[in-house]
Amino acid sequence: MTAPMPISLHVNGEKVDAHVLPRLNLADFLREHLQLTGTHVGCEHGVCGACTVRVNDEIIRACLMLAVQAHGAAVQTIEGLSDSGEVSDLQAAFRDRNALQCGYCTPGMLMAAQDLLKQQSTPSRDKIREHLSGNYCRCTGYHAIIDAIEAVAKARRRPAP
Amino acid sequence: MKASAFAYARATSVEDALRLLSEHGEAAKLLSGGQSLMPAMNLRLISPNFIIDVGDLPELRGIAVRGDVLHIGALTRHVELLRSPEIAAHAPLLAEAVAQVGHPAIRNRGTIGGSLAHADPAAELPACMLALEASMLVRSKHGERRIAASDFFVGIFQTVLAADELLVGIEVPIVRKESAHFFHEFARRHGDYAFAGLAAQAVVDGGVFTGLRLAYFAIGDRPTLAKAASRLVNVAVAPALVAEASTALANELKPHEDQQASAVMRLHLAKVLFARAVAALLRRPELAGDLQ
Repeated sequence: MTAPMPISLHVNGEKVDAHVLPRLNLADFLREHLQLTGTHVGCEHGVCGACTVRVNDEIIRACLMLAVQAHGAAVQTIEGLSDSGEVSDLQAAFRDRNALQCGYCTPGMLMAAQDLLKQQSTPSRDKIREHLSGNYCRCTGYHAIIDAIEAVAKARRRPAP
Repeated sequence: MKASAFAYARATSVEDALRLLSEHGEAAKLLSGGQSLMPAMNLRLISPNFIIDVGDLPELRGIAVRGDVLHIGALTRHVELLRSPEIAAHAPLLAEAVAQVGHPAIRNRGTIGGSLAHADPAAELPACMLALEASMLVRSKHGERRIAASDFFVGIFQTVLAADELLVGIEVPIVRKESAHFFHEFARRHGDYAFAGLAAQAVVDGGVFTGLRLAYFAIGDRPTLAKAASRLVNVAVAPALVAEASTALANELKPHEDQQASAVMRLHLAKVLFARAVAALLRRPELAGDLQ
């Protein structure tokens, strides 16, 4: 049973069938088998948040989930959210406010930010900080990230012209 | 780092899981949400030969009121505890504590059964089980047994679970209407493991404690019920009595030292939590004294 196992799942809306070793985590599966390298691997023990992806519409740590555990699941990565335009306003706000420098944490930050804004349309700055508490950024000092998310929350509340 | 190689089986039912456990017990590790097991495996702190994935057993999920107890399936995730109206109404201590467990992405995967069976001395939920007088429902192929939370945790990452046993659920007595709770922890960052914390459940009648359970976590090798709490039950609580009980507390707790905090610092924080809890539960802010 240490041999590769068949798995079948959806990734960014596309059906994927693969054979994977049980020890392979979801982050490495996405990066190495599907070349979806927007999911970053930082600490590999659930602390930094760089590998945050969506599984069945909820954010999770892809380094703390085995690929075999994603059998039957619907996975969305930053590539999926980016291509669909779901986070385009967040991406623009991050760029405008220098909410990224090296960019390593950014996919995970965008995932966590979008997760919060889906649940709450008017989060306080404290609430934003709390929701991002599991995502490390070693460049920005976080203020610009909070600013960007707060600005997007405000903009989304305004009805489209 | 990456986990080392292991054999893997996905249990298709509780019976299947128990069969796998009886075959591979000592060599196997149970995987549910994986939020503690996977980091340990990725860091190669442990390298199990066999993983039994019990994460896909719907019969172990869910929260239900059964008579005067709340039944919580072992695979109920932290996020489900956090959003449950039953937990909020009947075990508000647990609702408050679970908000401090990890971060959103962790709470979406981690399970209550996983947290309890893992028995991290710094974890919030084991202490809540002590404060709430919960029972663990444990099954093996020989049958089911019920273990009081106060008998369940026996050391760092150690419980009384045998190698062929599976924690299937938790029973939490529904708290009485006149009861009060207190929860606080000290951690470097919201959602990180605490270096001192307290989960408290009390019954207060006319300004007097008629019941008081103070469960400390991250202080010593297991969650600990403070015996000193009994000094404040069925008596009028004055600042001198709180100070006396606090001294008794210092004599019974066995704080450890690690890179997060010294034993002296942990003991100090335990006393701070003690005074704050008593003050909050009796709604007498002056009892928190200079330790506020």
